Amino acid sequence: MATFNLNGKTVTADVESDTPLLWVIRDELGFTGTKFGCGIGTCGACTVHVGGRATRSCITPVVAVEGANITTIEGLSVDGDHPVQVAWQALQVPQCGYCQSGQIMQAASLLKDIPNPTDAEIDAVMSGNLCRCMTYVRIRQAIHDAAAATTQAEKENNNA
Amino acid sequence: MRKLGNTHTGATGVTRRGFLIGMTAAGVSFGFPRTWAAMDPATPNGAVLPDAAQVYEPSLWYSIDSAGKIKVNIIRAEMGQHVGTSIARILAEELEADWQDIEIIHVDSNEKWGLMVTGGSWSVSQSWSVYRQAGAAGKTALLEAAAKQWNVSPSKCQAIKGKIVYGNNTLSYGELVAKGLSRQFSEDELKALPLKANKDLSLVGHHVTSLDIVNKTNGNALFGIDAKIEGMVYACPILPPTRNGSSVASIDDSAAKSIKGYQQTLALDDPSETAPGWVMVIASSFYAAQKAAKKVKVTWQAGAAASVSEADFMAEGRKLIQDPKQGAILDTGSHDTDTAFTQAASSLEQEYLTHTVLHAQMEPLNALAFLNSDKIWEVHSGCQWQSLTLPSLAAALGVTEKDIIIRSYLLGGGFGRRLNGDYTVPAALASKALGGKPVKMVLMRPEDLQFDSPRSSSVQLLKMAFDQDKKVSAMEHHAAAGWPTKVMVPVFMPKGTNGESYDPFSISGADHWYSVGAQKVRAISNELANSSFRPGWLRSVGPGWTGWAVESFMDEAAHHVGADPLTFRLDHLIAEGRNAGVEPISIGGAARQAAVLKKAAAMIGWGQAQAPDTGLGIASTFGQERDMPTWVAVAVQVHVNKSNGLVTVQKLHVAVDAGIIVDPDGAEAQCQGAALWGLSMALYEGTEFVNGKIKDANFDTYTPLRLSQTPEVKVEFIPSTAAPAGLGEPATTPVAPAIANAIFNAVGVRLRSLPMTPNDVKAALAKA
Ligand code: FES
Ligand code: FES
Repeated sequence: MATFNLNGKTVTADVESDTPLLWVIRDELGFTGTKFGCGIGTCGACTVHVGGRATRSCITPVVAVEGANITTIEGLSVDGDHPVQVAWQALQVPQCGYCQSGQIMQAASLLKDIPNPTDAEIDAVMSGNLCRCMTYVRIRQAIHDAAAATTQAEKENNNA
Repeated sequence: MRKLGNTHTGATGVTRRGFLIGMTAAGVSFGFPRTWAAMDPATPNGAVLPDAAQVYEPSLWYSIDSAGKIKVNIIRAEMGQHVGTSIARILAEELEADWQDIEIIHVDSNEKWGLMVTGGSWSVSQSWSVYRQAGAAGKTALLEAAAKQWNVSPSKCQAIKGKIVYGNNTLSYGELVAKGLSRQFSEDELKALPLKANKDLSLVGHHVTSLDIVNKTNGNALFGIDAKIEGMVYACPILPPTRNGSSVASIDDSAAKSIKGYQQTLALDDPSETAPGWVMVIASSFYAAQKAAKKVKVTWQAGAAASVSEADFMAEGRKLIQDPKQGAILDTGSHDTDTAFTQAASSLEQEYLTHTVLHAQMEPLNALAFLNSDKIWEVHSGCQWQSLTLPSLAAALGVTEKDIIIRSYLLGGGFGRRLNGDYTVPAALASKALGGKPVKMVLMRPEDLQFDSPRSSSVQLLKMAFDQDKKVSAMEHHAAAGWPTKVMVPVFMPKGTNGESYDPFSISGADHWYSVGAQKVRAISNELANSSFRPGWLRSVGPGWTGWAVESFMDEAAHHVGADPLTFRLDHLIAEGRNAGVEPISIGGAARQAAVLKKAAAMIGWGQAQAPDTGLGIASTFGQERDMPTWVAVAVQVHVNKSNGLVTVQKLHVAVDAGIIVDPDGAEAQCQGAALWGLSMALYEGTEFVNGKIKDANFDTYTPLRLSQTPEVKVEFIPSTAAPAGLGEPATTPVAPAIANAIFNAVGVRLRSLPMTPNDVKAALAKA
């Protein structure tokens, strides 16, 4: 039996302790926004936040997150309007879309750590996330746009 | 690849003519309950939204309900190209609909839709006139209905944004449908409908928000791997040692029995011979199935390919090319090159190779199959070619195609992998073995790559003859590779001038638009490849290798005669005779290829001096087939690190002429992605067969391009009024030769084998 907090709610699943978090989220709890790509931590499709850190759920046994706070793409924002999601929509980044949950979760955690990343910083953090449709040009731009929008919003808040 | 719908009788018995009639059949009502319609990527859970009470269906392709909602039926698979949005906007344009009222529906595999295939970048090109006519028909019907209400002539009324207007009177489309509308059109009437002039197009060519985007940013988009149904069990396959001809000798599952949730192991009995030797491990959860699969011991009698490797395919290709009796000769106007070569003052001859390339689409292959309560087999999966997949499923299950329905989901990448729906068969067979119980099969990445239908390796020999004035007098192109069309739909193979059949998708590109005098193009099937694995159509198919050879060779030819590679190409692009092109798509011919070349050259600053070990390279292709050319030129700036052989592409500039651009934003995205695919295959991908198996098993060793390897990419389109051509594939084709040409300009070595690895570069530098 595994228990943790998923997108703000306590959840339990009757699974073996070695089950990767990915399959618990997808198959037991029905949150299919998190995707399976490689199963060995090399593609980033399965990225979720564990305690706020971007984590590859395919290589994270569920026992390791007992009691932790986990956020998936479905819980990143209430209305799908996290600045990263907004930038992704405005630039129409997704092609097939399969990798994009992972890309967005990785980008959101990048912006938390580095609010205004350079291209080199984006490259360094985002290169673990494979996009077979090769939407990289727009991913790079969307991260800059999301960073700018967040900075702008904070400025306005401070002035208010 | 493109012409799948145009040639002969399809594998499903759907002829080109039948397809057209199917596409224009007016007023056909739905022959199945609405709840059966498949996934709609624009609604949160993929559910089909209910219709308001009254519905009008001006054609098979859409309906309007009494609330004014317009549902557009899309038979193409959504795999990243926003195809529903592109097609719907063509319809909305002529219908004068309000874009806010449009909804797209990806339909199931009912036979009334005719041939269902998404490939060859031809979705928009082929939908262009059909959906325009369908939209015009709806508009005409609505105009007539409103005019009747007001007792005026329809010509006095106007259709504007979902409403018919006459003076101060307006009736919305929904209101008109609510009053009852049943006007139908014959095929001749449809053809006679007036269409909008290009200059009046307001949706086509303008920015429109793609309907599939939002759900792809919030986790709501449903892919095949997300399909589920009450009571399903999970299957994890164990694959045999060879793609063909293996059979199970023994299974020992005793060690798996300790895994909680493990149920049983099935050796599939496959009358369709799609998945011979497959073993399926069944469990109550997918993780249990994975774990159990590792503990099940299977032995096989392996197929003949167990002793065949990549070098054997190459050796076979070379041998075949040396035998002049092999292969099909394409009709190039004049293919008698002997005289020119005998009389040549000089000649050039080079061999080009490409290694096996994998699709490695991000969503691993999967399918959910079961027998429903109406005794219909349902297969839930992402699929690019329903019409090709149904016969295999029928043969495997021992039922007719009418007893099977394929429900479409979003595709987590297609790139041609899901044209071949072979992966649905083992899921269906497992369900059959379990009495029709729902079985959800997911391949782990190693199995996904192992079961890929990869792009075959290829061997090509190119020759050019020059006269005393260094003018080109003849050219030959001999290409040997595994042929997907021969293995999967031989009925789609045309015949060469010597009566031999050939796979058009495995040679197109060699029959280029340069004027070179006598031109011989010979396509040869590599039977060792065809029998050892299942060759696949991979993003642009043959032009992925023919373009590599032609555009590397054109550069070598330019250097041979001491000409600038850009000037040399332009000098041979003469829009005359066969190279003038024809209405409506290829019109302009070689002149349009020259235009994109000039554009790309200008974008990169062709001719400017470069830093040490840095060079520019240029290449150009017509995308794929001669009758649907998308003119693409690529210019790159490349740096070569001489000590470690590392090639860095610093700039990747792309000029494209694809006729009228329906969706400018999507077109840019497709070209960016395609060009980066070209870069990825040129430098970072490529694998090999080792004893019948693909060497790479996952993304640790199979390494497509990453963000940090992505250069500055610029894409520019040439404005055009020609009918739309394809966009999904063409930009992949000129990238590799542009890079090879740039490497030559940077450090003086010529690479003739793909991929171009740092070791290849170092070896070439050492020899130079
Ligand atoms: S599925 Fe987890 S990193 Fe690829
Ligand atoms: S959008 Fe298709 S894999 Fe990234």
